[in-house]
Amino acid sequence: MVLVFIDQQAGHIKKASFEAASYGAEVAKLLGTNAEAILLGNVSDDLPSLGNYGITKVHTIGDANLNNFDAQVFTKIIAQAAENAEVVIFSNNTTGKAIAPRLSVRMKAGLVSGAAALPNLSSGFTVKKTVFSGKAYANITVTTAKKIIALNPNSFSIIPIGGTAEVVPFIANFETAKVQVISQDLVKGEVPLGEADIVVSGGRGLKGPENWGMITDLATLLGAATACSRPVADIHWRPHHEHVGQTGLAIAPNLYIAVGISGAIQHLAGVNRSKTIVVINKDPEAPFFKAADYGIVGDAFEVMPKIIEAVRKLKSA
Amino acid sequence: MKILVCISKTPDTTSKIAFIDNNTKFAADGVQFIINPYDEWYALVRALELKEADASTTLHLINVGGADAEPIIRKALALGGDEAIRVNSENGDSFNIASQIASIAKAGEYDLIFTGKETIDYNGSSIGGMVAELLDLPYISHAIKFDLEGTTATVVREIDGGEETDKANLPLVISCQKGMAEQRIPNMKGIMGARTKPLNVVEPAAFDSYTTIASFDLPPAKAGVKLVSADNPEELVRLLHEEAKAF
Repeated sequence: MVLVFIDQQAGHIKKASFEAASYGAEVAKLLGTNAEAILLGNVSDDLPSLGNYGITKVHTIGDANLNNFDAQVFTKIIAQAAENAEVVIFSNNTTGKAIAPRLSVRMKAGLVSGAAALPNLSSGFTVKKTVFSGKAYANITVTTAKKIIALNPNSFSIIPIGGTAEVVPFIANFETAKVQVISQDLVKGEVPLGEADIVVSGGRGLKGPENWGMITDLATLLGAATACSRPVADIHWRPHHEHVGQTGLAIAPNLYIAVGISGAIQHLAGVNRSKTIVVINKDPEAPFFKAADYGIVGDAFEVMPKIIEAVRKLKSA
Repeated sequence: MKILVCISKTPDTTSKIAFIDNNTKFAADGVQFIINPYDEWYALVRALELKEADASTTLHLINVGGADAEPIIRKALALGGDEAIRVNSENGDSFNIASQIASIAKAGEYDLIFTGKETIDYNGSSIGGMVAELLDLPYISHAIKFDLEGTTATVVREIDGGEETDKANLPLVISCQKGMAEQRIPNMKGIMGARTKPLNVVEPAAFDSYTTIASFDLPPAKAGVKLVSADNPEELVRLLHEEAKAF
């Protein structure tokens, strides 16, 4: 059996977990087995519909204590659920990164974190993962009997197959959490950057935080997340959690639109796995153009209003 | 209080990434190596601040690596810290490295173990969680703020789409993210002092590795940029919609 950890926030399953479910179902196919899921805490989403992503059975513990995330407690429970699992799948998001390494030790199972493709079983069990902050890939061979894979968000497409999963309560032993969650402060009404399909990003070329309206307007029209370059976060024009790049968040959206960002190698490292990259910069020598699919050499202050208007027309057509 | 900070040697962020020996080894020739930025700027500097706030604090650094890691260990000692331990091991995977650190940490009875949230070369984000599990300690990852009152820590951590505030008692393992502290530059006094600080080299214990690197690949090169005139940005929107099917 392949076991997929389904991550939730405020009662809703994260998009990255649907990707993990689809990925887990494909791994199960390769191994000639089935994919099941484990979900902790109270969730209001429809659980049988996880079958649509290839999950045959969902094990749940709807215990309110488990709405409090503690990696130690979660690891102990998942290890019990994974007793018969050959492979355990996580999304390589902040939750997965907190649990998967612990579970690796507990289960004596080799971990590949940041997986970018399905395992290759032609000689052993080898998984491609991103390294050097997205500048390269490493093919990691797992030599233990059991394996754990943490899948990069936005690197595996959801495959709807239209099935229904059986939902069964899971009984596990667990202790009181040693880490108590006091509060959560979620950015409201915005698309989480790591999960976004489209990201609109601004750099120092925008001259000041007061000019960010063009970034947020375009993002809102496209249902996109907003991001920024490191200097912009460092001078506090934008919050740190928007910083993408080598020392910020590494992202892989379908579309990345960079406005007024020159494209330093550290910035490119965080975004070069994006499927389509658009660069708008008035400097034709900006290194970002070399990494872009589409570009406009021009002044953002003139170009962006026209782009926003064109997208608005397209969306209302 | 006793703090252990894990530091790793990584290529500088501007390094050209290439591979040798049939794509099985990173081409390290001519590459400048640095302290992994998350270990240095956030984990180490926050630990130094805690030591400055409480002079009775002991601060040790640990590196699992070869003798060529010593320049970056000395640099870390120049920033601060009482002594460093280098476990003389180069070929282990993250589980092996975590096991080496955990075995030293167990003997040293540390109250607080800091790591960076990941290294910028292998991007594993694994060492902190593995060390915590090996020591059966609570683990808070992606910490962007860490405050201590007595033996109770209040930690703000990054979560998907926001932040979360946690409380936990020492001993703890924490992985550090941007926000924990501000980057420092070692001063001359620190650099001189670091030369005489103890750097103890210990031989690795026999632990397994769970994974091996079969090979590396570079991403395929881009086909080249399609430029649209600044006088006609509407064309860009049309291309993104019709050709790239991006929205």
